[in-house]
Amino acid sequence: MAAVALKGLLRRKARAVLTAIAIVLGVAMVSGTYILTDTIKSAFSTVFTSVYKNTDAVITGRSAIGGEGNEERQVPPSFPAPLLAQVRALPDVAQASGGISDRAQLVGRNGKVISRGGAPALAFSYQPGAERFNPLSLASGNWPSNSKQVAIDASTASKEGFKVGQPIGVVARGPAQRFTISGTVKFGGVSSLGGATMSVFTLPTAEQIFDKQGRFDSIQIAAKPGVSPQQLVAQIRPLLPPSAQVRTGQAQAQKSTDNTNGFLNIFKDFLLAFGGVALFVGSFVIANTLSITIAQRTRELATLRTLGATRRQVLRSVLLEAFVIGLLASIVGLFLGLGLAKGLNSLLVSFGIDLPQASTVFATRTVIVSLLVGVVITMLAALRPALRSTRVPPIAAVREGAVLPPGRFARLGAYPALTTVLAGLALMVVGALVSLSTGTRLLAIGVGAVALLVGVAMLAPRLVPPLVRVLGWPARRFGAAAGSLASANSTRNPARTASTASALMIGLALVTFVGVLAAGLRTRFERSVNEIFVANYALTASNNFSPISIASAKALATVPGVEVVTGVRAGTGRAFGSRLNVTGVSPDVNRVIHTKWLAGGSQAPASLGEDGAIVTKSYAKENHLRVGSPVSLEVPNGQRVALAVRGIYEPPKGGATQFGDLAISTARFDGLYSNPQNVYTFIDTQGGVTPANTRALQTALAGFPDAKLQTKAQFKKNQLEGLNLLLNLLYVLLSLSIVVSLFGIVNTLVLTVFERTRELGMLRAVGMARRQVRRMIRYESVITALLGAAFGIPLGIVLALLVGVAIKYAVFTVPVGTLVVFVIAAVIAGMIAAIFPARRAARLNVLEALQYE
Amino acid sequence: MTAAPDGHPREIVVAASDLTRRYGEEATAVDALRGVSLQVAAGDLVAVMGPSGSGKSTLMHALAGLDQPTSGSVQIAGAEITHMDDAELTQLRRDHIGFVFQFFNLLPMLTAEENIVLPLTIAGEHADREWLDELLSRTGLGARRSHRPAELSGGEQQRVALARALVTRPTILFADEPTGNLDSKTSAEILELLRLSARQYGQTIVMVTHDARGAAIANRILFLADGLIVNELSGATPTQVLEVMGSLQ
Repeated sequence: MAAVALKGLLRRKARAVLTAIAIVLGVAMVSGTYILTDTIKSAFSTVFTSVYKNTDAVITGRSAIGGEGNEERQVPPSFPAPLLAQVRALPDVAQASGGISDRAQLVGRNGKVISRGGAPALAFSYQPGAERFNPLSLASGNWPSNSKQVAIDASTASKEGFKVGQPIGVVARGPAQRFTISGTVKFGGVSSLGGATMSVFTLPTAEQIFDKQGRFDSIQIAAKPGVSPQQLVAQIRPLLPPSAQVRTGQAQAQKSTDNTNGFLNIFKDFLLAFGGVALFVGSFVIANTLSITIAQRTRELATLRTLGATRRQVLRSVLLEAFVIGLLASIVGLFLGLGLAKGLNSLLVSFGIDLPQASTVFATRTVIVSLLVGVVITMLAALRPALRSTRVPPIAAVREGAVLPPGRFARLGAYPALTTVLAGLALMVVGALVSLSTGTRLLAIGVGAVALLVGVAMLAPRLVPPLVRVLGWPARRFGAAAGSLASANSTRNPARTASTASALMIGLALVTFVGVLAAGLRTRFERSVNEIFVANYALTASNNFSPISIASAKALATVPGVEVVTGVRAGTGRAFGSRLNVTGVSPDVNRVIHTKWLAGGSQAPASLGEDGAIVTKSYAKENHLRVGSPVSLEVPNGQRVALAVRGIYEPPKGGATQFGDLAISTARFDGLYSNPQNVYTFIDTQGGVTPANTRALQTALAGFPDAKLQTKAQFKKNQLEGLNLLLNLLYVLLSLSIVVSLFGIVNTLVLTVFERTRELGMLRAVGMARRQVRRMIRYESVITALLGAAFGIPLGIVLALLVGVAIKYAVFTVPVGTLVVFVIAAVIAGMIAAIFPARRAARLNVLEALQYE
Repeated sequence: MTAAPDGHPREIVVAASDLTRRYGEEATAVDALRGVSLQVAAGDLVAVMGPSGSGKSTLMHALAGLDQPTSGSVQIAGAEITHMDDAELTQLRRDHIGFVFQFFNLLPMLTAEENIVLPLTIAGEHADREWLDELLSRTGLGARRSHRPAELSGGEQQRVALARALVTRPTILFADEPTGNLDSKTSAEILELLRLSARQYGQTIVMVTHDARGAAIANRILFLADGLIVNELSGATPTQVLEVMGSLQ
């Protein structure tokens, strides 16, 4: 019996391949995700291990409020340099070297800062004689030896066309400074550091440009032979000031690796979700394809039964077939994942996520998970058709036009489907409206959404005939005979059409969901910017979100015609036992940022002084604060500041809060935070936005290549760039599941053409032209695609509405234009899916088709 | 040659000369037709008979342009069809040819009437209402016009197929074993309808059959054996047909 199943499979190779594609793509996504994230993790791990390779212990700055390494842009505070001498005096220390590490951007040939994929712009000091601690090696030229020299990473040098001896601009604290490239450096063992740039300075230069005279960011220590790193750490610990901490080299490498792995795991789950969606869609395609092939093999299966095969044997033979298809598809998908990992990485780079790469990691886990997932999903999808195949009666072998008996659940009518739909909707509404934790609510909505999708797919066969009456109208009206026949064909087997369309429905529902939700977030954000942004100009970093040097704002203050320049400083602190976002605001901030004051009034910013604070409504509520309440704020350098609330404001819904959780005066902020920076700077000019004003401001910013001047409209557009990028990334990733469903349409059409061979011969015999045959298949495909859109788009809208309610950050907005684009895309997709089956149908030899049995 | 009852010579609508059809190559080659020539005049009802493998189906397929002969020529309505491309053949089928198949080949999702007018629909034309009603009443389908094939008996389905072939008033109607899938009672109905179409509408028909009773309705009966026309009768009884057939076995 197994041999019969496998021989049958071999005979239907083309069909088996088409079926398998549905699984191949999903498995490739799973395997590609693992390969990509494993490779990135390995690169990071290599980086960190090599950084601390010869280091037994390392002292680093310690932020009093914790959160080290979680925020790339938050460099922990430095510690006083004399610690180095104390460490060197320890009996078991063989060598110790102090260094500075910070962030410094390089200026490219186009005068703009080199910034790729949001990756950090790393800066280090170079210490001659401390080679054992240095993970970098020279690729060309020399290490910097004076205050005018810098060594940059070889990859940036080659990408940007810089050579040793040439000048390059560097942005550290203030305006860009000119250096000469003394050499290029590279990191051993890592093929790419992603978008990161590196610049290396002499220690005195680093001290000067980062304003860290007499301070270090790290001290690397090697122990004398026979001394364990743990012993060394124990000796060092008593010497440390509160602003420093010590770890063994290994622990430090592990700590850094863990920090990046945390992020990479989220990233991996994010990508895996799309593989999961593709597999979910793939399971629909598999179930449908197998149902059709089994229906077509009714006579064959019945013959086997008349020859004595038991039901169990029939079931096993169908499941065996599914197993073989699933296994082969998973193997292909697994290896396709190798290519997809590269593709995914290029995709991420193009969306601004540029991560380090090492040699490809192909873990055993990747193999096992990919094969298991692919095979299990194929088998599960095959279960229903396989069970149906066992109900083929032996009599079907001799009866012309025998059809499968209806399924066991058929007599229950639409109730199971309706129940599933209602249960899904109920869960989603509970998730949206009942006050639970956001995680629980989103889980309820997620499970509800899956139930809703499955329920609609179950209900779909009943919806197909009435929907085709509407959606098939253009085909019937304008498609002449081919259109009418296509419309009629799509209701011949509603279950089959419904199942094919349902696969597309899932992808379209998710795309619509993402599109509608994004439109809601965008509307909300634009409204909040409109509400708070009352300045003429804004100044941000070129990537729109990094804090930038306050020197740029200072440079604008002296420009003629400028009335107000006020920056919002940003940092973190701790109060009432938890971390919070702290900002610094100037007394005149009210002139450029509109704020809804609940207490303290608009004079609150001006009354901050040394010990005043402004808090948001929600922060005040959470910590029971009123005007006059005391707040004890701890800042990263360990200082505790006693503050009193002077004002409470209500930030606009969904947008960023103007002043974080808590704001203090700029003057106080600058005293508490080392290297204070502005996230936003707002400017008012005489006469508002005019070309002359813009020119004057731009001229003043010439020395600040990272500063971007923008008007309100530009600001809104720029701030939404991140959301738009994310949206496009989601669209691209979701398109994978849409591609899978297109293969489902191709599959169904090919099988249908095969099934209707004789009929197609007759149509040709009574005068149908090849072109008409192709058109007929194409219309049928487009009608199926439109059914997918008719199911998917409304579901996506409902989903977005409920999630929007649950997260509270979106204004329900239906992006009509976007949805029209989706419908057009569905039509085009339907046309593409029809190409191959239509060609097959049109090429049929009339005589052979007529004689086909 | 044949002449109309009024004595005028009738137009030749199908003419084949020296048709051969060889399947396969070299040693394993089979000659299904070995030089067949025939002419069908307007209004003729020609039956083609012969034992299995005699080449009768091949002949009909070649005449209808469904198959390409190895050599020889076929003219339909004065046009040489053996070198036509697919588009020209499609046009030829629309303008001049009607088919009735052994398996009725109706579209299951269309009603009887929709199936009947299908050739016109495909050609983008509208049915002549009077002609359609005439066909429906002649085939006795008037009351069944909005039924789907699944709701019709085999005889009714074949009547729909016959009406579908007649609806375009083709120059020539080819019927391939039209009663091969029917019981004797319904076979008789279909044969009677074919005979009436020839007599009343002057429909030219070429019918391949192995049924002597079917052949007997024809005014010309061609007998094929081993790819050649070996005999021709005009207006024979079933007994006469069987005699000739017996001599061919």
